[in-house]
Amino acid sequence: MSITNRPMSPHLQVYRPQFTSILSIANRITGVALSAGTVVLVGQLFAAANGPSCFASFQHFVGSWLGLFILVGWSFSLFFHLCNGIRHLVWDFGIGLDLDTAYKTGNWVLLASVALTVLTWLGVIIHGGH
Amino acid sequence: MSVKLRSPLGQAYGLGTAREGAQAWWSLRMSAVALIPLTLWWVYEAVAHTGVDYAGFVAWVREPITAILLILTLSVTLLHTAQGLQEVIEDYLHVEWAKIAGLIIVRFGCVVLAVAGIYSVLRIAFGG
Repeated sequence: MSITNRPMSPHLQVYRPQFTSILSIANRITGVALSAGTVVLVGQLFAAANGPSCFASFQHFVGSWLGLFILVGWSFSLFFHLCNGIRHLVWDFGIGLDLDTAYKTGNWVLLASVALTVLTWLGVIIHGGH
Repeated sequence: MSVKLRSPLGQAYGLGTAREGAQAWWSLRMSAVALIPLTLWWVYEAVAHTGVDYAGFVAWVREPITAILLILTLSVTLLHTAQGLQEVIEDYLHVEWAKIAGLIIVRFGCVVLAVAGIYSVLRIAFGG
């Protein structure tokens, strides 16, 4: 059968991982992780709607090591998905699609996500004295 | 330059694109744009209310602007979640029954979470 000359889709199994492809799949992975984060958000509101004791158990869980681990992962995933999402929206305008720019903006996204996560947790520590 | 992009098999089947999908693409981006300010607002408020007790949390949710923005954040987040998870399922789940089951679970789950979240906000906001 003759093969047409259409562009091939990069198949994960045979394609060497690159910075750009890792950021691309990370956008999906963080997106899926954020779905779980949304369950925590709804859980907090539902607990508060159910009264003080329910809310206290929720706060207790969130304040535990497992809870904090989830929150830190959640905040980084949120900022990564937010920053990389903006990168994707810019791409949708046809801007920044060349390789050099894609690598540069990829680095910006990583840097911004880490910075925003650190800033958020500094804020949490400062406000923690409530 | 004219490049033939269709395979012989594709030509034999006579199938082209599904002629739909642009709506889903646009809708995912609209929810994404809406979520930029909503997410930043919510993170800011969450940090500002770190360690707040029950009374403080309830007082915050009862502020009209908070209740409105929380309901918007919940709705758009869960819409975007449903759209995003649908894309992931359609791309990676190729067993037909599993794909359909996954799509149903995602859609139902997001609607249940949205209703539960909005109900909770309203109950706190209007509760006695």
